[in-house]
Amino acid sequence: MEKPRIATASLAGCFGCHMSLLDIDDRILKLIELVEFDKSPVDDIKNFTGRCAIGLIEGGCCNEENVHVLKDFRKNCDILVSVGECAIMGGLPALRNGIPLKECLETAYINGTGVYNPSGRIPNSEDIPLLLNKVYPCHEIVKVDYFLPGCPPPADTIWEACVALLTNKPLDLPYELIKYD
Amino acid sequence: MSETITFTIDGVEVKGKAGQTIMQAADGNGIYIPRLCYLEGCEPFASCRVCTVIVNGRPQAACTQPIAPGIVVENNSPEVTQIRKDIVEMMFVEGNHFCPFCDKSGNCELQAMAYRLGILAPKYPYLFPVCELDASHPYIFIDPNRCILCGRCVQASRDLDGKHVFDFVGRGPHKKIRVNAAVRLADTNLDITDKACDVCPVGAILKKGVGYAVPVGQRLYDKEPIGSDIESKAK
Repeated sequence: MEKPRIATASLAGCFGCHMSLLDIDDRILKLIELVEFDKSPVDDIKNFTGRCAIGLIEGGCCNEENVHVLKDFRKNCDILVSVGECAIMGGLPALRNGIPLKECLETAYINGTGVYNPSGRIPNSEDIPLLLNKVYPCHEIVKVDYFLPGCPPPADTIWEACVALLTNKPLDLPYELIKYD
Repeated sequence: MSETITFTIDGVEVKGKAGQTIMQAADGNGIYIPRLCYLEGCEPFASCRVCTVIVNGRPQAACTQPIAPGIVVENNSPEVTQIRKDIVEMMFVEGNHFCPFCDKSGNCELQAMAYRLGILAPKYPYLFPVCELDASHPYIFIDPNRCILCGRCVQASRDLDGKHVFDFVGRGPHKKIRVNAAVRLADTNLDITDKACDVCPVGAILKKGVGYAVPVGQRLYDKEPIGSDIESKAK
């Protein structure tokens, strides 16, 4: 039988959740026996090569590209999992949600301390993904099936969740593995 | 000697004294009823509604509802747990609760309640309100982003400290905590020794200079769920 496929993505995140995934130590060898990695920064596959059983999403949606990637994951994955606080509630990037977008961009590219930008313009090339008005949690963009909170979620949480989902067992996390920080 | 009253919580017969609330009687029997606004030593305020129990088929706040002979109280049923989850989830989306960098994380009663109820993510959309931090006081700061409007600081300042530093203004979604000065906390008579500085269940009123003192893993709710102290008293 063909191995189930896993895909992962880091949207508006810091890659900390991916680091936590790698932190499952030697169990990663067992994971490789259980699954095949598809589109993911782990193997640098850029496009989906087939239907995936599980999509792990790190980070929320701060720009247009994040939304496209997230929708692509929803389309290609049977189960979509929000991994970490940024995917679940926007996390640190969402600190800008109370500040008007124009003010954010002006501080970053024109008025901010240490900014050197003689043109005085905010970059606006079509190659740069358009920023959204605010940072959105993933489940406000597409349907998300499971949530693994934490900043990052402990390696054991990610491991327990993957094993449960791959073996069709209920995902029942013990008290110590549900943490928001 | 006061009269003993017998009633049931989740089908188990318990005894309390006449005049007690359902919460007081449950505490005495080692049964934890979740709560956030309740503050020992003050009149129950019943603002948070997390202590909702179903009494003879009707939802009631356990912190204010007196016990009566033969009442049937549901505390741990799926229906009651769902009510509590909904309430706590609403508190999360109505504020800006950034647990990863909050000083109160691990010792926060709201966070601990969400852990205990097994909330992985709220089902409601986040509102991301705009709130202004007041760090004017030399020893205390107020971060309204994290406030759940429980009213503990209002009660503690008024009833325990005899000062009235905090109070509510506005109604409905516009309700806020305000300080008893034109603008700033620094212009009130709040002292760092006031009880009002110690009662906030979340990280909205915090002391400066003592954050992150306890390492992760050793904080109040890292290993044991909130309410374990009451449950350990069960006979």
